[in-house]
Amino acid sequence: MSLEALITILGMAAVTYAIRAGGLLLANRLPTTGFVASWLKHVPGAVLASLVAPAVLTGGPAEAIAAAATALIYFVTRNLFATMAGGVLAVYLARLALGG
Amino acid sequence: MHAPAPYDARAQFWLGIRLFFPVAISIAAYGVVWGVLAGQAGLSVLEVALMSGLVFAGASQFVALDMWTPGSLPVLSIIIATAIVNLRMVLMSATLRPLVGHLPLPRALGTMFFVSDEQWAMTMAEVRKGNASVAFFLGTGVLSWFAWMASTLVGRVLGAFIDDPARYGLDFAFTATFLALLFGMWRGRGDLIPWLVAALAAIVSSRLIEGNWYIIVGGLVGSFAGALIETAKERRHVA
Repeated sequence: MSLEALITILGMAAVTYAIRAGGLLLANRLPTTGFVASWLKHVPGAVLASLVAPAVLTGGPAEAIAAAATALIYFVTRNLFATMAGGVLAVYLARLALGG
Repeated sequence: MHAPAPYDARAQFWLGIRLFFPVAISIAAYGVVWGVLAGQAGLSVLEVALMSGLVFAGASQFVALDMWTPGSLPVLSIIIATAIVNLRMVLMSATLRPLVGHLPLPRALGTMFFVSDEQWAMTMAEVRKGNASVAFFLGTGVLSWFAWMASTLVGRVLGAFIDDPARYGLDFAFTATFLALLFGMWRGRGDLIPWLVAALAAIVSSRLIEGNWYIIVGGLVGSFAGALIETAKERRHVA
């Protein structure tokens, strides 16, 4: 294992644990209303939206079809694994059908 | 006056394990896919064990794989992206305070290692019914940790036998997972504009800036837009 991989993994572990412990330590001081509270609430969705947007946009028609199928499966099953598996199957079939 | 129910930590721990079992199976299936993709991204078995065991946060581990380029790892941007993706856990562990408040601080902080979406959601549901405890939370956490650790390692070992994951559509597992997590966060129309702003900022910055900084740019711009809109609305309500 390279040193930079080790540093990356330990860094990821440290920030993640700091966040988990930080919530408990700050529990009584975290603002429940106002700008900061609202910002914290919006971070996860915004991050995920920025993760998927370029991927969906730069993908071909097979990826676009599969993204739509993924959305449909999620709203029917509400299950993370079923959605992931369905999305993978959808892109596999779409690529076969479109010869991509 | 109601006598407090006799508290049996061991029974609570096992109850947590039993109730969490179906969720753990779903986590394990997800973990196998992560392990396969980790092998493809160039992570060794030891690196998989270290990351799953110490970071123990699925969504951020998917993001890290997406950014993983052995030889020239973007160390800092992976760590920042991990922090941003996991920031939601601040709110989760804050709401667990009543559950662990009676413990000495080091032990209470120790239990926080297990905070993640599924355990938190199930524990809070039990809290609402009035019968959750630290032991229950730890039961779900320990089972979840073993399921994640074992399944990612299995995926990493099995993955060595899959030569081209894109042929089976496995490359799309990232997008599908992020989409499912995103939809799960929908709380109403107030989310629409911040998500669109984030998506737009990410698309534009992915064209302008090398590497994976677009995740961070989009996440920050989108969440600030959401907070601005929400606080502006609140002010109008007060006025």
